[in-house]
Amino acid sequence: MVDTVIHVALLFLLPPFLLGVINKTKAKLAGRVGAPLLQAYFDIAKLARKGFVLSGTATWVFRAGPAVALSAVAAAGLLIPFGRFDAPIAFAGDLILFAYLFGMARFFTMTAALDTGSSFEGMGASREAAFSCLSEPALFFAFLVLAKLSGSLSLGKMLMVSPESFASGAAAPLILISLGLFVILLAETCRIPVDDPNTHLELTMIHEAMILDHGGPWLGTILYASSLKLFVLVAVLANVIVPFRTGKAWLDWPIFVGETLALAIVIGFLESAMARLKMRRVPYLLVSAILFCGSAFILLVR
Amino acid sequence: MPDLLNAVLVVVLVLNLFALGTSRLLAVIRIVAVQGALLGALPLLIHDRPSLSVAAAALAAVALKGFAVPSIMMRALRDAQIKREVEPLIGLLPSIVLGALATALALLFSGQLQLSDSRTSALIVPASISTAVVGFLLLTTRYTAINQAVGYLVLENGIFIFGMLLVEAIPLVVEMGMLLDLLVGVFVIAIIANHINRAFSSMDTRRLASLKE
Repeated sequence: MVDTVIHVALLFLLPPFLLGVINKTKAKLAGRVGAPLLQAYFDIAKLARKGFVLSGTATWVFRAGPAVALSAVAAAGLLIPFGRFDAPIAFAGDLILFAYLFGMARFFTMTAALDTGSSFEGMGASREAAFSCLSEPALFFAFLVLAKLSGSLSLGKMLMVSPESFASGAAAPLILISLGLFVILLAETCRIPVDDPNTHLELTMIHEAMILDHGGPWLGTILYASSLKLFVLVAVLANVIVPFRTGKAWLDWPIFVGETLALAIVIGFLESAMARLKMRRVPYLLVSAILFCGSAFILLVR
Repeated sequence: MPDLLNAVLVVVLVLNLFALGTSRLLAVIRIVAVQGALLGALPLLIHDRPSLSVAAAALAAVALKGFAVPSIMMRALRDAQIKREVEPLIGLLPSIVLGALATALALLFSGQLQLSDSRTSALIVPASISTAVVGFLLLTTRYTAINQAVGYLVLENGIFIFGMLLVEAIPLVVEMGMLLDLLVGVFVIAIIANHINRAFSSMDTRRLASLKE
C-alpha cells in the first residue's frame, strides 16, 4: 500500500525534475550556470496561470488533445513497476495496453495539431506519424524479448529483470534491447539526435511543430505530459539496465530514483556531445533500433 | 566466462552495424579500433587460466588492432587530406539492413554447421561469419582506398573471431604472424594512399581502374 502511494507520488511529482537534471547537465558541460533544477515546475506553474487564445477553426478535438495525452501517459505509468516494486495495475497482456496508450496520446496530439488548420502543424503531425511507425515495432520486439525471458505477458513481471538472467546467457539480448530502448526513449521524447526540444526551426521540428498553437494551461499540460512520458520510458529502461536490488524498501526507492536521475544525466551528456541528425537520417536511427531489438529476439529464440 | 564472452561478442556485432551506418570516416576508424581492441582481449576470456604467452599475445593484439593500426590510418587520413565522408555505393540504410540480415542469417544457420564448440560460446561462429560479411560489405561498397582498408580490417576481425574456435590448435607464432601481416598491410595501404594522393589528387578507386599511360 505504502509502495503504491510512493509509486503514484513519484510518477506525478518527479518527471519535471528529470527535465531540470537534463538541462542542468547540458548547462554544466557547456560552461553555463543554467536554469535552476526546478525550472520545469516553475514553467508549468507559470503556464497554468495564463490565459489562452483559440484558433477560429479549432474544435473540441484541439482541447481534448493535451488532456488525453496527459491521462494516457499517466495511465501507462501505472502499468510499469518502478525498481523492484510491483506496478499498481497489472494483468496479462498489459504490454499491448502500454504501447497503445502511448499510441493514443500520440494520435490525439496529432489530431489536435491538424485541428488548428495550420499547414505547419500538419507537417509536424505527419513527421510524428512517420517516425512513430518505426519506433513501435522496435518497442514490441523489445517487449517480446522481455516476455520470452520472463515467461510472462504482464509488464509487472517482464520488467523485473533478475540479475540471474544476466548471468544465464541472456546478457546478449538484454544489451541489444537496452540499446534499442534507449533509441526509442530518445525518439519518443524528442531528445537530441532525433529532435531538438529547444529549437523553433521550422524545417526540422517534429514535436514542437505540433504544439505551436497551444498556449497557457494547455501548453503546460503538454509540457508536463511529455516530461511524464520521459520519466515512464526512463523507468522502463532503468529496470532493464540495472536489475540489482537490495530487497529493503527504504533502500530500493532511493536506488530507483538515483537510476532515473543517472539516466537523465546520460541523456544530458549525449545531447551535449552530439548534434541532432538530419531529418532524413532519423529513420536510419530508428531502423537500427528495430534491428537491435529484432536481432535480440532472434538471438533468444534460435 | 561464457557470459562475458557473449556480451563482448554482442558488442562486436553492434559495432559492425555502427560501422556500416556512420557517414564519417574518422568515426568508422574509431569504431573498428574499439572492435579490434575488444577482440584482442578475447583470448583472455576464453582460457580459464590464461598463461603468460596468451596474455602477451592478447596484449599485442590489443595494442596493434586497437591503437597502432587506427593511428596509422588516422595519420594517413590527415596527411593525404582524404575526404572525411564515406560515400557508399549503396546507401547507408541499405547497408545497415544488409549487415543486419547477414547477422540474422548467421545466427539462424550457424547451428547447422558442425563446428559449434560447446565448451566455448555458441555465439562465436555466427559472430565471426557476420563480422566477415560486414567486412566484405565495407570492402565492396566503399570507393576510397582508406575505406576499403577499414573493410579489410573488419574482415580480418571476423577471421580472428573464427580463430578463437581453434585457440588451442593455432600456435602463438602463427597468430603473431597474422597480426604482423595486418600491420604491414595497413602500413602499405597508408603509404600507397599518400602516394596516390600526391600523384593523382583523387583516392577514388573507380578512377584508378581506368588509369592509362
